[in-house]
Amino acid sequence: MDFELTEEQQLIKDTVRDFAEREIKPVAGELDENAEFSYPLTKRMGELGLFGMTLPEKYGGQELDTLSYIIAVEEIARIDGSQAATLAAHNSLGISPLFEYGNEEQKMKYLPQLCTGEALWSFGLTEPSAGSDSRGSKTTAVLKNDEWIINGSKIFITNGSADITKGCTVQAVSGEKGGKKIFTTILAETGTPGFTQKTMHGKMMWRASNTSELYFDDCRVPQENLLGKIGEGSHIMLQTLDGGRLSIAAMGLGNAQGAYEMALAYAKERKQFGKPISKFQINAFKLADMALKIELARNLLYKACWLKDNGKPYGKEAAMSKLYCSEIAKEVSDEAVQIHGGYGLMKDYDVERFYRDQRLLQIGEGTSEIQRIVISRLIGC
Amino acid sequence: MKILVLISNVPDTTTKIRFTGDNTAFDSTGVQWIINPWDELALTRAVELKEAGAVEKITVGNVGRQTTEPTLRKALAIGADEAIRVDAEPEDAFFVAIQLAEVGKDFDIIMAGIEASDYNGSAVGGMLAELLGFNSVSAVSGLNIENGELIINREIDGGSQVLTIASPVVTIVQKGIAKEPRIPAMRGIMMARKKPMNVVSPVEAKAKTEMINFELPPPKAACKLVDEENAKELIRLLHEEAKVL
Repeated sequence: MDFELTEEQQLIKDTVRDFAEREIKPVAGELDENAEFSYPLTKRMGELGLFGMTLPEKYGGQELDTLSYIIAVEEIARIDGSQAATLAAHNSLGISPLFEYGNEEQKMKYLPQLCTGEALWSFGLTEPSAGSDSRGSKTTAVLKNDEWIINGSKIFITNGSADITKGCTVQAVSGEKGGKKIFTTILAETGTPGFTQKTMHGKMMWRASNTSELYFDDCRVPQENLLGKIGEGSHIMLQTLDGGRLSIAAMGLGNAQGAYEMALAYAKERKQFGKPISKFQINAFKLADMALKIELARNLLYKACWLKDNGKPYGKEAAMSKLYCSEIAKEVSDEAVQIHGGYGLMKDYDVERFYRDQRLLQIGEGTSEIQRIVISRLIGC
Repeated sequence: MKILVLISNVPDTTTKIRFTGDNTAFDSTGVQWIINPWDELALTRAVELKEAGAVEKITVGNVGRQTTEPTLRKALAIGADEAIRVDAEPEDAFFVAIQLAEVGKDFDIIMAGIEASDYNGSAVGGMLAELLGFNSVSAVSGLNIENGELIINREIDGGSQVLTIASPVVTIVQKGIAKEPRIPAMRGIMMARKKPMNVVSPVEAKAKTEMINFELPPPKAACKLVDEENAKELIRLLHEEAKVL
């Protein structure tokens, strides 16, 4: 077994960390406070090649492995959940299904501009009345006169309505077979009549990321906007979410790492009763538990990436990573706030933002409860 | 024009410094190594000049063992075209300058950081210019090439100085040579693996200095708080203990 990162993976880790500390950290708090999506930072992430990291060069990708991409998400999340969300969603939900299921024409049309960060793409799955039960989706797509006519709405869609959002991969019911819904995925471009994108406000977390409601009202797109095959929608969704779980896990790991580092530094500096609070066993043990959880989370997530990179099944490990990394992010950031005491409740301290940002991770891209269903099925329950 | 940028492999600037062997050697256990910050700025400027079309090739040079290769690989990722590593322990500034003089003959411009952030010797650049018989200019905070002419800015007391200089030249650069060190893009990291890492054997040379031992600065004394009403006590402490009055 080799637990060392390769020289290249280590350089990617150092490089992304350097970028996050130099360019994201100074503005993260203000962007969060103002709930402002940062176009300059999105552009910079594109310039650095963080979009389409695993794609072939001909589509504008970097041909890196899954682990390198996951390390990049982890390092951004160590500094800021919002930018990590923009990065992870665009790669895993925007770019990935287009690359995996798009035909050559679709790939060449969309992927190069999505890889530079000039444009973003979203994945429209969740609906107001269909969250964990994605088969309860009501959005429909009917093929008529060489056009798909889409009707319905989507909610909580990351990168769905930024000024540079080029479009969305829409999951829709395209028919019924044997009493079961048939799902199909269709590409809807921004600006198509009948397609409305509305930014959602008032979020507790990821406040500097773009979250949207999408409305389709007799939205007509050409027949060739079909992604994959008719009826392949469920498969595309499940495969996309498997990959997406790794990046949400990376966000949990990065959040936990960032919160832990802040707590450790603060505990060593903060003095009460004449000594640093890190010297009190109750705090020292908390910090030891944080370090332990982070180590376990990283080993589990990196193993899942290794399985994917080696062409082995990784669905179970992806679900386990998503579940574990997001849950330890909650535990670690909670204790990190506790160690900061009253200061941890103030926006002057980044740990307050980390505490809020982690809360999505147990809900988005499959709740913790759904992950347990996935794992229990995969172990044969 | 061809540029050689000298790259020192130094401990990360946040490293906690420790020594081993009864304070005779630096303890490198667990140390993260980086490009010397001044060298990284020099390389950034070289890449900017290449992007502007004023330079055709950038080489980075280092004297060190194989362990310095990740640092050189990063320099390649930032934008250097090739690396030369002289496979030897960098014993002292003179030894390093002798080795670099062997590989630096064919360059128009050599850029050296004003010092390395580990030993702060500030010696290699000047020695190298002397050994090669190149012109040299120190404390360079700006380098431009216009119509093949080198225009150099130097920060001097109370202002700045602009001068032109004929190549070949060793420029010893300081802060200001580039705004911020360049962060390599993923594409650069990918390309770096394919760029040449030339390893050359050292020439015979003898160090002129010998390291006897190291000493850490004494630990900071605890801060003494004096009551705001008690100015006399403050004056006594400044006089008798701090001895600054």
